[in-house]
Amino acid sequence: MSQLSGRQTWLTILKRDLRIAARRRSDALNPLLFLLMVVTLFPLGIGPGPDILARVAPGIIWVAALLASLLGLERLFRDDFQDGTLEQMCLLPQPLAFTVTAKMMVHWLLSGLPLVILSPLLALLLSLPVQGWWALALTLLLGTPALSALGAIGAALTLQVQRGSSLVSLILIPLFIPLLIFATAAVENASMGLAVHGQLAILAAISVLTVTLAPLAVAAGIRMSVN
Amino acid sequence: MWRWLHPYAKPEATYNLLQKFLPWFVALTLVTLVTGVIWGLAFAPGDYQQGDSYRIIFLHVPAAVFSMGAYMGMAIMGAVALIWQIKTAEWSIPAIAPVGAALTIVALLTGAIWGKPMWGTWWVWDARLTSELILLFLYVGVMALYFAFDDARTGAKAAAILSLVGVINLPIIHFSVEWWNTLHQGATITKFERPSIATSMLIPLVICLVGFAFLTVSLVIMRLKNEILRHELHRPWAQQKLEQD
Repeated sequence: MSQLSGRQTWLTILKRDLRIAARRRSDALNPLLFLLMVVTLFPLGIGPGPDILARVAPGIIWVAALLASLLGLERLFRDDFQDGTLEQMCLLPQPLAFTVTAKMMVHWLLSGLPLVILSPLLALLLSLPVQGWWALALTLLLGTPALSALGAIGAALTLQVQRGSSLVSLILIPLFIPLLIFATAAVENASMGLAVHGQLAILAAISVLTVTLAPLAVAAGIRMSVN
Repeated sequence: MWRWLHPYAKPEATYNLLQKFLPWFVALTLVTLVTGVIWGLAFAPGDYQQGDSYRIIFLHVPAAVFSMGAYMGMAIMGAVALIWQIKTAEWSIPAIAPVGAALTIVALLTGAIWGKPMWGTWWVWDARLTSELILLFLYVGVMALYFAFDDARTGAKAAAILSLVGVINLPIIHFSVEWWNTLHQGATITKFERPSIATSMLIPLVICLVGFAFLTVSLVIMRLKNEILRHELHRPWAQQKLEQD
């Protein structure tokens, strides 16, 4: 059998994981439904007045997005760890830090991208001013890759822990805080008609930094769990 | 340097070294902390605005400084553990984390007690307070991860990776929170500028800082000695040590 190049391997893993996700749709859909329901809870809890909702909308949507991204992390590596696929990935000629980026990409395609697409609906539900809509979509587009990258670290570190999902939230939430701060500041500024380039640039910078460095930590975590 | 460090990869050698140093560090802690605290609380002049309530900085500032210093130390030990696979470096993570978390709690509590008369509230969502609280969460995460595994070595490696991730994130968290909201005064002592505090208050504060440094190191040494004994109990040398004490 001829050896696959790095790009081919990456695409193979990507396609395989997408196919698995397509056959178990509920796994990918549940976090999104969870997000929608959490967002629905807030108007019921704090009152349906559009003024107060518009004021807190960026925070609610982003907090809900953080929580939803935590939900999908369990299935990121768990099944592959149990059936031995991860061990085989460790044995590939390509570095593990490179191949795991394919899995992180799948996680983003299934949890980050739908959020970006769903964001106008969420903005509408929380009566966010129209000029804040595109800012919300942009912050989600620029911020969610960092969520997937950091989340992968948490998932890789807790592979061997039985029922590790509460532990994952415990170690990841502090790391998510900068994203929340800059994203909500950007959306608030945009709804007031102010410039948002600064916050968006910082969000993009955080995403670039985490997407480049996180695979190293993820690979170290997987090797530690597999041995 | 290697020839000098190499023997301490063996837990027994580290244990003996720690045992030799511990009394000195405890003595230095007692001398500096007692001097610094008595000087600061009783003899340093009162503040012209804040009266006597400013005196809590003699505990608050050192605790805050070394809550961050301890995290740095833990991350360095994590890197050593991951790179050279030295067991004693792995055990120093659970030895340092609770000490650092305790210092963080002390800094938060003393800050709240000072904040009540000065700011009129126990807690404000100010940048420094918030990043100190997040530091506490990071400590909690490292400890929870360390103790979550059945196999102690895996737990130590996971905690080491997490502490390194945290150390890269800490400046980002700090500056993001700073930008978000700030009410706290700027740092009183910085390296590059003339300190904005009278010399008569600065001297006891520096003594307290040194005292807290020795206190942190002594507590970590005590905990690390226990960790080493706990992990090496099946070896004859550890049993001998236990019988001696």
